[in-house]
Amino acid sequence: MLSVRGLNTEYPTDRGPVRAARDVAFDVPEGKLFTLLGPSGCGKTTTLRSIAGLERPQSGEITLGGRVLYSSTSRIFIAPNERNIGMVFQSYAIWPHMSVFENAAFPLQVGRRRLSTAGIRERVMRVLGIVAMDALADRPATNLSGGQQQRLALARALVMEPQLLLLDEPMSNLDAKLRERMRFELKRIQRETGVTTVYVTHDQTEALALSHEIAVMNEGSIIQIGTPREIYERPRSRFVADFIGRTNLLDAKVVAADGADQYRLGTAFGELHGLSGDPLKVGDAVALSVRPEDIELSETRPDGPNVCTGMVSAKVFLGDTVDFQVAVGDTMLLATAHPTLRTPIGDPIFLRVSTEKCIALAAAGGNDGAVGVDFAQPGNER
Amino acid sequence: MTTGTGTATLTSTSSPRFRVDLKWVILGICVAVVAYLAVIPLGFLLWQSFFTPHTAAKPAEFTLGNYTAAYTSVQTAKLFLNSLWFAVGTAAFALITGTALAWMNERTNTPFKRLFFALALVPLIIPGILFTISWIMLASPKIGIFNLLLQRWFSTDAVFFNVYTMWGMIWVDGLHYSPMAFLLMTAGFRSMDPALEESAAMSGASLGQVVRRITLALSWPAIFATLLILFVRAIESFEVPALLGMPAGIFVFTSAIYEAIHRYPSQIGLASAYGVTLLALTSVGVWFQSRLSASGSRYSTVTGKGFRPRRIDLGRWRYLTAAIFIVYFLLIVAAPLFVLVWSSIQKFYSVPSAAALANLTLEPYRFILSHPTFVRAILNSLVLCVGAATIIMLVTAVICWMVVKTRIPGRWLLDNLASLPIVFPGLVLGLSIMVFYLNVNVGIYGTIWILLLAYVTRFMPYGIRYNTASMVQIHKELEESAAMSGASWASTFVRVVLPLLKPGLVAGWIYIAIVSLRELSSSILLYSPGTEVVSIMIWELWENGQYVELSALGVMLIVLLFVMVLVAQYLGGKFGVKEA
Repeated sequence: MLSVRGLNTEYPTDRGPVRAARDVAFDVPEGKLFTLLGPSGCGKTTTLRSIAGLERPQSGEITLGGRVLYSSTSRIFIAPNERNIGMVFQSYAIWPHMSVFENAAFPLQVGRRRLSTAGIRERVMRVLGIVAMDALADRPATNLSGGQQQRLALARALVMEPQLLLLDEPMSNLDAKLRERMRFELKRIQRETGVTTVYVTHDQTEALALSHEIAVMNEGSIIQIGTPREIYERPRSRFVADFIGRTNLLDAKVVAADGADQYRLGTAFGELHGLSGDPLKVGDAVALSVRPEDIELSETRPDGPNVCTGMVSAKVFLGDTVDFQVAVGDTMLLATAHPTLRTPIGDPIFLRVSTEKCIALAAAGGNDGAVGVDFAQPGNER
Repeated sequence: MTTGTGTATLTSTSSPRFRVDLKWVILGICVAVVAYLAVIPLGFLLWQSFFTPHTAAKPAEFTLGNYTAAYTSVQTAKLFLNSLWFAVGTAAFALITGTALAWMNERTNTPFKRLFFALALVPLIIPGILFTISWIMLASPKIGIFNLLLQRWFSTDAVFFNVYTMWGMIWVDGLHYSPMAFLLMTAGFRSMDPALEESAAMSGASLGQVVRRITLALSWPAIFATLLILFVRAIESFEVPALLGMPAGIFVFTSAIYEAIHRYPSQIGLASAYGVTLLALTSVGVWFQSRLSASGSRYSTVTGKGFRPRRIDLGRWRYLTAAIFIVYFLLIVAAPLFVLVWSSIQKFYSVPSAAALANLTLEPYRFILSHPTFVRAILNSLVLCVGAATIIMLVTAVICWMVVKTRIPGRWLLDNLASLPIVFPGLVLGLSIMVFYLNVNVGIYGTIWILLLAYVTRFMPYGIRYNTASMVQIHKELEESAAMSGASWASTFVRVVLPLLKPGLVAGWIYIAIVSLRELSSSILLYSPGTEVVSIMIWELWENGQYVELSALGVMLIVLLFVMVLVAQYLGGKFGVKEA
């Protein structure tokens, strides 16, 4: 459906041009929700705006449903208003001088195809119904809450029945509670209307919750594309493991291959069994990613491999969980446990990780020479 | 799902049939208009100042004679000193008055402040020519009410006040510009975080120390910028030097230009040389002022947190400040308006007295209303103010869009071009437009269109200012979402940008309409019989000595302007326009 090939964008700045998008390429199949995820400045918004036609890339090709929207080689650039793409902006961009109805009807009044007044009314009310805003149709747009503005922006983007829907961080202006509710709502509307969607966010939770497929971006490039589960459970690089969720990153060396994709890995406190998506050789330096919730803590020694002993050095009670900081030898590990575990600080404790939760990442994935453990926090979490 | 029919285009700006995009037509027209208006008068004025007068017998020749004549005469040195003396004196007097009043109004607990603030804006409405004339009626040695009353009380012939002096000119013009200083300084004081003063007080500083070392020290950029604005206004002001200075033989550049043109034969070259000099002076002032506001962020005292500043309790002294307010109000509003109204209901101009009260008449109003020029002047003025305001606001809206919303190279130049006429004194602008269209005959000389051209040029910078202020507040996504909805540039501009600009457009429109109605200094060189405007009619009545009739017309004009301001205030409240 949507296909982006070799997209490159540069910005002139005082200190020379900045490459905002580097060889970005991906495909979005019909009806799917595709997310561009990354920290601010990673090029995700630039990519989205290039698809919209609000920015003009340096090179590349963008096609939508077989129609070339942009191609640097054949010098094609279709103006944004000719692209038939709906877009929800970060600020929602609700026009304050129009009512709710007028906002939603605008795309039908200015487009190439003219509809009768009755036809417009019927379509606007139907789409306002989808976002549960039909009761507010006559309200001035300035009297809307954040959530209502977002629904209206969505209705306005959907009313012209676009080939593609673009969402630019639509949740970032909502408070936490509302964001959670709108997540379900948005997912329902996207799945019901079946509109092909590209979603931009820096919030990994949103990305995981909504997407059919996610592209993690950093510094203008796509680092990894995969389903939410693949991205979370099988990160292919240090950056992805670090950015999505929380993780412990350990320096390790490959000791021996252990069967298909399985390796024995030497760490500062002993050998662990782990998985890798990339083929590794004995002696390779790797980063080992272990999610805090995948570390099982117990006061009695469990059976099986990947068990080690540590000492509780700090605890943080979070209500539904407790974060334990455990010293294993010289390294600190972060582990999440059920609040029923009440091991006091200073006491010994046992840690166990199953083999498939121990992910070895080839050093090429951005080993920045960090020693030991990195108590990674997901970037930009709000 | 709808599918576009593969309208592949070469660029974003050309459609398959190579139809010229409306967007570029409109942008091009606006840029051309602005460039033409801004550059032509300046270029031609410079050109003209280097040539001898063009006569039937002899074509124009290149000469430095105009400058030699202008700069080697002792008279010019005197002119230069007079102009500086007048402008600096006026600016200083207006600044001191305005700053003191602004401080009292913003920072102290003087009673009736709120009322005073509204009243202090009234003089801004009164046209300079009427303000000057009313002060002649108040303080001229022969007919001035103040003099005559004091002479009667003390039974003497001594002249107490004489406005026909340099001090008189500074007094009248300084008073006239003091409300402007008051407004600018009020804005300066309002934007200052009161915590800065409070922390000085907490550090043990006395009131005097706080005012001197914190308030004034922090307001320094605002004070200096205000001083420069006032200086530019004073050096280009025409009414006071013409009405007070010329009869007393005190010439400044503006009156010298006027005099050079009205001499026989006209000394247009000399006037142009004076005009270039005056232009250089105002340019320096405007340049310093823009430098100052560019570097002003270092002094930034604005916290953006709309604090209500703390009021200083003056104790019993607040009665003194209240008295100062009342005296000021009497001098600047009550006395001038009273004398105008009084003389407008007399048969002949006379000092208020019991005898004069018996002679009250509405005859001057009847005279004005039936005057053959009256209806024509009113119509001309209305056409000009509506036309100029509409053209300026629409053209500058497009210009501001280009400057603020696009990354078109050279847009800063466009912004500067459109703001260029701010350095033109009205008289110099009138002069250069007159000279240009005398030489390049396109058939508008002597018609109302040349006045329209002058007004649009002169007030274009105001349009830029109003439109820029509102344009920067329009989030770019509001336009982008219209484009994503399928709207073309033109329909986005008409249906999204212009409606969102409406508050600024309305406020700017009314402001320009008001200043157009009062315009005198450009019109005085460009009008001809049949294209008189109201301010010109006042000028002519003054020259004919028809004081009571003039007063009647003045009162009507002030009432009209007052109504316009009230409408502006009402609309401002409705659309959320802030005080300009």
